[in-house]
Amino acid sequence: MADAEPTLREAERAGQPVLEASGVWTVFSIRHVQRLAIRGERTGGIRRAGGVSEIDASKVGRLDTAGALEILTLAGAGPDTKVTAQEGAHADLFKLVQANMRTPEPDRPVSWLADALERIGYSWADAALHAVNLCEFFGEVVVTLVRAIFQPRRFRINAIVRQMFEVWLRALTIVGILCFLIGVVLAYQSVQQLRAFGAETFSVEAVAIAIGRELGVLLTAIIVAGRSGSAFTAQIGTMQVNLEVDAMRTMGLNPIEWLVLPRIMALTLSMPLLAFWGVIAGLLGGAFACSIYLDFTVAQFFERLRDTVGIWNFYTGMIKAPVFGFIIAAIGCYEGLQVTGSAESVGRLTTKSVVESIFFVIVIDAIFSIIFLFADV
Amino acid sequence: MGEYEKEPLSPGQLQEGGQIVDHRDGQDVVIRVRGLRTQFGDQVVHDHLDFDVFRGEVCGLVGGSGSGKSVLLRTIIGLNHPRAGSIEILGTNTRGLHSNALLKLQRRWGVLFQDGALFSSLTVAENIMVPLREHAGLDEETLWEVAALKVAITGLSPDAACKTPSELSGGMRKRAALARALALDPELLFLDEPTAGLDPISAGHFDQLIRSLQKSLGLTVLMVTHDIDSLVSICDRIAVLLDKRVVVGTMDELLKYDHPWVKEYFHGPRGRAARKEQMAADGK
Repeated sequence: MADAEPTLREAERAGQPVLEASGVWTVFSIRHVQRLAIRGERTGGIRRAGGVSEIDASKVGRLDTAGALEILTLAGAGPDTKVTAQEGAHADLFKLVQANMRTPEPDRPVSWLADALERIGYSWADAALHAVNLCEFFGEVVVTLVRAIFQPRRFRINAIVRQMFEVWLRALTIVGILCFLIGVVLAYQSVQQLRAFGAETFSVEAVAIAIGRELGVLLTAIIVAGRSGSAFTAQIGTMQVNLEVDAMRTMGLNPIEWLVLPRIMALTLSMPLLAFWGVIAGLLGGAFACSIYLDFTVAQFFERLRDTVGIWNFYTGMIKAPVFGFIIAAIGCYEGLQVTGSAESVGRLTTKSVVESIFFVIVIDAIFSIIFLFADV
Repeated sequence: MGEYEKEPLSPGQLQEGGQIVDHRDGQDVVIRVRGLRTQFGDQVVHDHLDFDVFRGEVCGLVGGSGSGKSVLLRTIIGLNHPRAGSIEILGTNTRGLHSNALLKLQRRWGVLFQDGALFSSLTVAENIMVPLREHAGLDEETLWEVAALKVAITGLSPDAACKTPSELSGGMRKRAALARALALDPELLFLDEPTAGLDPISAGHFDQLIRSLQKSLGLTVLMVTHDIDSLVSICDRIAVLLDKRVVVGTMDELLKYDHPWVKEYFHGPRGRAARKEQMAADGK
């Protein structure tokens, strides 16, 4: 009987229907009985039929809770059904399972309309709450910043320097390489297109204006959002999960001052430096491509750059950089502080922080374009 | 190495398996550890450690902070690799076990980690269903029924089944983790500080829950604990980690055992209070 298949047989004793169970009923063996039961074989097609007054489980070999539950469910038995089982372990098991089994309640069907309305309602309420929280957060940051201006020791220079090392120095390589490549691609495309009009020397202007006004700083912002904004969210979020942020609050340390402000300061200072580096790398890339496709020397490229491209094409890009840095750092830190409880929440909010900061960077870039249009620069 | 070669406890003092008094008496040994040595870098945690756990008993594992209780537990369940010695669980030597045989063994034990270690992205019911779905291959309906049964057995309310671990209180998380450990109806249950972080009332209830489940499911339980109340109320035998080795005995035997740490632990104010309480409870 040691490894006999689990079986359930219908019998009659003294005019009463009795179910006889035998074989091994454990969590690993019951899937075999299910297949039999579904086909209605051997069990006599009584799956979840109900109305069995007695179960005889005295011939069962090995038994565990899942097996006992399966016997009872297959028999349609409830907590009150009489079960005959081997004395000792088996009887105890049946008692335990019968005391704890409950009939699963079927899900109440919900109309799709109510479902959709509920979801829309929740998402609007969420968005409103999000906006309020964001305003509150920015307010807190500004208040802390103003307080720090009057008490400069609140600026936590050590933390700012350490963050700058992370977000500025360590990002130089990747920003440089990507901007250089974009410069090369841009110059190559410009030369190809403008050659049709015999105006390929204007590639210099095309590259310089595109890189200086938009691409240098935008590309840098996107890289920084992906590498530093996400890091901010993950760092602060993990601290939130470990209750470190709460510990700080109880010690009278303001998390905005200790965690958020140094990061915002560091990134606001680092972004112009990185963007400048990106623009230079982009221009070098352009010069490199022009020297290959255009018979220009690198020196000629920069001479033309000096003579024909206005310096404001560079300034407009640089003006945007600190604003982007501030936005990325603020969103990264804000989402980090929104983390609750679980590791999953850290992951979700990190994604959200990257998507949101890139979104806002592009929105603000558009706003700047309009401002520069009216300012005529 | 040399310093640890000498035996810190005189070997003649202990019976087979680190026992003070031999209780084997033909009992089935579920966990048999022989000559175990664990080491991290230069730091030797266990040396020449012998330890037996019998079928159907609740064995408590105690020791001072840093004495290697959790390390011993982790070594037994295969999360740490010992430097030397053998560990035999349910008759299988775990050393160099290939993955299939190890899996077979792992299905026969359940582990409750200190903070539950529930999967944070899944609900309690889904946590319980993970091992069931992976190893038992049940259909969805049965999975739900079994999960609901385990939730009920561990004394959780039905609505807790649909919550994620972060929404539960500490005590409920422990119960949920116990339900997951019991998912495959193991023969052997490892508990790492099951009552740590619970208030005395919840801790008492949790102890009773473990005891009653142990009886009705016929489990063998090895629990690491700091809680002297648990030791007194539910453990059949107590293993004490002393000088890198294990000394096992019943409460009465350990009370008579001559070792400064054991004396301080069991004869200290907390130990006395817990024993008095238990005696009063038994007297009723």
